[in-house]
Amino acid sequence: MDLTIAALLTQDGITNGAIYALLALALVLVFTVTRVILVPSGEFVSWGTLTLAGLQLGKASGIVGLVVGMAVLAAVMETWRCIRARELVRLPRALALWCGVPLAVATLLAFAAPMRLPLPFQVLLTLAAVTALGPLLYRVAYQPLAEASVLVLLIVSVALHFAMVGLGLWFFGAEGSRTPAFSAASFRVGSVTVSVQSLLVVGTSVALIGALALFFGRTLHGKALRATAVNRAGARLCGISPEFAGALTFALAALLCAFCGVLIGPITTVYYDSGFLISLKGFVGAIIGGLTSYPIAAAGSLLVGLIESFSSFWASAFKEVIVFTLIIPVLLWRSLRTQHHEEEEE
Amino acid sequence: MMRRHGAVVGMVVLLAVLPLFAPAFWVTLANYIGLYSMTALGLVLLTGVAGQTSFGQAAFVGIGAYVTAYLTTRHALSPWLTLAIGLACTGVVALFLGFITLRMRGHYLPLATIAWGISLYYVFGNLEALGGHTGLSGIAPLTLAGVALKDERRYYYLIWFVTLAALWATHNLLDSRSGRAVRALKGGLDMIEAFGVDAARLKIVVFVYAALLACVSGWLYAHLQRFVNPTPFGINQGIEYLFMAVVGGAGSVWGAVVGASLITLLKEWLQDLLPALLGRQGNFELVVFGILMVLILQFARDGVWQWIARVLPHPAPHPVVAAPPLAPRARTAPAGPLLEVQQVTKRFGGLVAVDDLSFVVTPGEIVGLIGPNGAGKSTTFALISGALPLTAGRVLLGGESIGSKPPHEIARRGLGRTFQHVKLIGTMSVLDNVAIGAYLRGRSGVVRAALKLDRAEEAQVRAEAARAVARVGLSAQLHTAAGSLALGQQRIVEIARALASDPTLLLLDEPAAGLRFLEKQALATLLRSLKAEGMTILLVEHDMDFVMGLTDRLVVMDFGLKLAEGSPVEIQRNAAVREAYLGGVA
Repeated sequence: MDLTIAALLTQDGITNGAIYALLALALVLVFTVTRVILVPSGEFVSWGTLTLAGLQLGKASGIVGLVVGMAVLAAVMETWRCIRARELVRLPRALALWCGVPLAVATLLAFAAPMRLPLPFQVLLTLAAVTALGPLLYRVAYQPLAEASVLVLLIVSVALHFAMVGLGLWFFGAEGSRTPAFSAASFRVGSVTVSVQSLLVVGTSVALIGALALFFGRTLHGKALRATAVNRAGARLCGISPEFAGALTFALAALLCAFCGVLIGPITTVYYDSGFLISLKGFVGAIIGGLTSYPIAAAGSLLVGLIESFSSFWASAFKEVIVFTLIIPVLLWRSLRTQHHEEEEE
Repeated sequence: MMRRHGAVVGMVVLLAVLPLFAPAFWVTLANYIGLYSMTALGLVLLTGVAGQTSFGQAAFVGIGAYVTAYLTTRHALSPWLTLAIGLACTGVVALFLGFITLRMRGHYLPLATIAWGISLYYVFGNLEALGGHTGLSGIAPLTLAGVALKDERRYYYLIWFVTLAALWATHNLLDSRSGRAVRALKGGLDMIEAFGVDAARLKIVVFVYAALLACVSGWLYAHLQRFVNPTPFGINQGIEYLFMAVVGGAGSVWGAVVGASLITLLKEWLQDLLPALLGRQGNFELVVFGILMVLILQFARDGVWQWIARVLPHPAPHPVVAAPPLAPRARTAPAGPLLEVQQVTKRFGGLVAVDDLSFVVTPGEIVGLIGPNGAGKSTTFALISGALPLTAGRVLLGGESIGSKPPHEIARRGLGRTFQHVKLIGTMSVLDNVAIGAYLRGRSGVVRAALKLDRAEEAQVRAEAARAVARVGLSAQLHTAAGSLALGQQRIVEIARALASDPTLLLLDEPAAGLRFLEKQALATLLRSLKAEGMTILLVEHDMDFVMGLTDRLVVMDFGLKLAEGSPVEIQRNAAVREAYLGGVA
């Protein structure tokens, strides 16, 4: 290996690592607020890429139908809840939020798809569609189980991952897709070629991480989310709705994941089932941060990206094995630091 | 009881005659159901009973299959030897994974098993020696007593013999000394630790047990298929195993069979139906499985088995039979004080919850620890019982230092306790709950229990538990589910459980809280008669009337410091105590 290859691998690693870091942030965010380990985040990623690829061809994918179907289901559940709680006054607002907004997004997507808008608009449409799915998924699948144990929520996540992989195959077919890069330009720094696309990926990741830090540190909604993460009942007593916090978190997470999909599309071919492995790498990063620390999760993801990139050079067949085995020393280290077992969950 | 047995016998007979008339396709399906049931059974124990989970069971199946495939085809070893080697490999891996994840919170094990399941799949698929993604073929059939089990109908009997044996062993295990502790892992972790169970170790044992079942299933699979490739051992299959356990009902051993049958048959049916319906090839049954799982978890957390169990006759509780008493704890003659708390301090950051506290409890005494809210009583209690580590000072029980030791080791030294917030396992009978108290007085391990070799000791434990229940006057509720008792009775069951551990020191955390007047009187009578038998008791209590009439001595705490110590009469006259309680009005 000479310096050029090393520099190339490092650049690859940092680019992928930046994407994993965004994913890790989404996972930590969702876990701390809702205790959900968001395994289907990978499907949000692959659906991001594949929806954009569909729009490139002038097609609105089956995702439109899914948004409509879930919105209707959410509307039925909300209506039922309002009837049972005898709070029919709240129904119009709930319906507007749970049914109106998603239906508007779906209509827009279906209407705009054949127009072959410029790339930035297609990206926005893609993000809107996948983001709409986030809160719907929370409302339909997780909210009825919000008080269940982490374990039950994890099994729900894995079940949803299963269902969404199957749906992905149905919506997008078995063929993989790539999306166009935002920029094909590159420039040289010494003997190293740096692609503008890589810089864009790293730059947007850093910007988004910064924006999240501001959101959680400075805004009321951000602080409300953090409060819910610490104590659901306490947050409720302070007038913060855990349901709202959950939906908001899922919207944010879906947005981040879809964005990862848009970023990763030009780098690698994405298939309907590629998301799982991508998101698991974000998980490894998140676990390094104990599923709670944002900065360590981001640093861990960068490490995952670098290890993946270098192991694909030395032992490409065992790339995945090496990345996922990384979890073992991390867990060992965390385990040895745990003296008394932590508080049990009922 | 008999009718329940009748249902089981009927099922076994049905299983025995099935290959005689069923078409080959059904026998094949039944073979797979048997193999899957075995793996799902491990998950029932791990997920439904112990509250842990694994998505990597398929990888353990893979170890069992690949070890025998490789060693029998390439090195011509006997399949019986490769079974032992496979089990050993699985055991080592499971021990390691369990050790690094099970000491931490619940979600690290499942995440580690996802990573492990994926890694092993890629290892299988990329190692030349294991045939890469094509796999290994030409595995010899098993021979049993000179007969080669080539025919699926013959192999069927081997599979179902092993499956039923696994069900029997697991059923036995759950109804034993270790089984009671396993059933209390979910929701009673602190409680079983206080009665001497090393919970982290027990969780690892359960995980290894589940992995070994999966390994046996894989070994049988390899010799049934006579060919292995990586696909059936990937993460998706691992997830399907978990679905089987959850859909069937993760709380009962039969849930494993029900779940394996349902998922296998459903998959068979959907794989024909869905592609025809959608006009496209693909694993669309995944969508149905995923949605089915979410619905089951939202609306029927206990799976399909609960509906079948409702139709079946209820099993009558095992009667308690007379048995020789368990050996009492070896008690050394009381030379000095039984419990010594020496200059104990506990800080939480800047807050000093207990400050340089010292007192002793001598054998045969009832000592009360009292004080206003926030005085540090509960913290002191937690320091003595090992629930919290000390910041400074020493705690001696029978002359031996117990400070900062884990609760399960302190229990070994003769401390029996109750909890301020009642910690009974609501679904278990009063008898079973109390029998957890006698955990340290039994010896039988998991293997003896699974093989039903523990029955003599088990009878003794049950008789001992029944005696403890009779001692507190709850014999009529012996077989009632503990969760259905009134709070007052539940507090009394807590005391019975502590008594079953044959303690030298009884630690009672607000035993009278929430009790009615008559119940309090009955409790005081009980504690006095225990003292008359030589029991030493330390209790934390708010109810002044209760402690004044009962205790020999009181230790009064305020703001983490010892305010006063003396007989109830002395304490009632103590000006400092009155000031602390009444705010200086007196």
